[in-house]
Amino acid sequence: MADASGLTRTPIADWHVEAGAKMVDFSGWYMPVSYKGIIEEHHAVRNNVGVFDLGHMGQLNVTGPDADDFLQYVTTNDVTKLAPGQAQYAMLLYPSGGVVDDIIVYRRPDDNGFFIVLNAANTKKDVDWFNEQKANRPEFDVTLDHSSERTGMIAIQGPNAESVLQKIIDVNLAPVPNFSSVFGNVAGSDCMVGRTGYTGEDGFEVYSPIEDILMIWKALFEAGEDVGIQPIGLGARDTLRLEAKMALYGQELSSEITPLEARLGWAVKFDKGEFIGREALLKQKDEGLKRRLVGFKLVERGGTPRTHYEIQVDGKTVGEVTSGTRSPTLGENIGLGLVDVEYAGVGKPLDIIVRNKPVRAEQVRTPFYKRG
Amino acid sequence: MAEIKSGLHYTKSHEWVKVDGDTVTMGVTDFAQSELGDITYLELPEAGDSVSKSEPLGVIESVKAASDIYSPVSGEIVEANDQAIDAPESVNSSPYDDAWLVKIKLSDSSELDELMDSATYEKFVEEEGGH
Repeated sequence: MADASGLTRTPIADWHVEAGAKMVDFSGWYMPVSYKGIIEEHHAVRNNVGVFDLGHMGQLNVTGPDADDFLQYVTTNDVTKLAPGQAQYAMLLYPSGGVVDDIIVYRRPDDNGFFIVLNAANTKKDVDWFNEQKANRPEFDVTLDHSSERTGMIAIQGPNAESVLQKIIDVNLAPVPNFSSVFGNVAGSDCMVGRTGYTGEDGFEVYSPIEDILMIWKALFEAGEDVGIQPIGLGARDTLRLEAKMALYGQELSSEITPLEARLGWAVKFDKGEFIGREALLKQKDEGLKRRLVGFKLVERGGTPRTHYEIQVDGKTVGEVTSGTRSPTLGENIGLGLVDVEYAGVGKPLDIIVRNKPVRAEQVRTPFYKRG
Repeated sequence: MAEIKSGLHYTKSHEWVKVDGDTVTMGVTDFAQSELGDITYLELPEAGDSVSKSEPLGVIESVKAASDIYSPVSGEIVEANDQAIDAPESVNSSPYDDAWLVKIKLSDSSELDELMDSATYEKFVEEEGGH
């Protein structure tokens, strides 16, 4: 059982406990893993609407005359492609090509620099990394403002997310494109709202002053009561993101795994010029990948694939599972794994070693789930 | 609050045991299923397999994790519940009835004395579970 002592609590933590959530230690945060059950919460997001407390995520503001150039150098994606309000997925790389973190970069709707969202477990490491790069390259005139402790964050996800959030926000959400953001007043609080998420459904992420986030959370439950809005824990967050084949740092990504191996080359823009990790990736591209991420499903009974389970072909180790679950939407056991390239390919067989026993799997197209 | 049935015996690893002569029926407790969450998979021994007290007898998987099921007694498997294997979610809905897991023919009935009665198990869950 999670012991609350010593863990950091979001302003919504007491609400979760009151609602009967199972609470866990997630990277030092006291967070809900589920309320009514992971499967029910998963379906609620796929078919209706669910709300996530993401107070553990980190935020960093990058401003100043050289903010664009600095982020071109530190991140893998091309921030010059972002119009005000637009967001993009990107990674921070080590010079080795391994990943420091994967992040979302918003060009602020008022065009005043960038707002970056960091993984909870990596926030401190990332902020240190940004500061170190700034110190290494003093020619960049930028200001870094780590705002995690001032920022509340929740996500509203699912087909009914827009209609519920629309009730308590003063801007029209319908015209806001995917991966774009606006400023709006949510239940009396001035927020930034992005049409972003980590579920594979339509939805929004709301960033507010931290002192307002509990009020916004409660207002959402009032606004969504008639459709049966539900709180969603980290358990369903994981099954939802995995069905949508979204990477999880520490599993699909790490300092030992490059974006090319993780099949995230689409978020790496070589043609923009110099960036940290570029040379290593070009070299890897040149020499050819030795392993890459694949999706698979089990084609016989034998359990569920889990992180670090061995992958074999003809009794030979060819890789390792990075993430696996019983997919609530598909009713099948699915997983992602890093596999030697000669064995990687849709339709090719793999054996997943579950409790010392090979279970037959077949490589499939990803994402496992795509909203219709 | 988790349901604890009187008249059954319990293990510290949250299995229940119902005695019927020299054969016992066992499953996992309501507390166990509630801690595990949505059950998605069961791996159980087959009739004729021998099992040893406190040794893993099978595996129960939830969405989040795989856990061992421990044999509460030593003996030989008489029957496994195929219906539970086909509908693992019945462990969540009916842990003491529909989702019994296996029947074991006892090899040493004195092992039953080492199990907890319902009152002792209730106290154990309160102390261990913290809720």
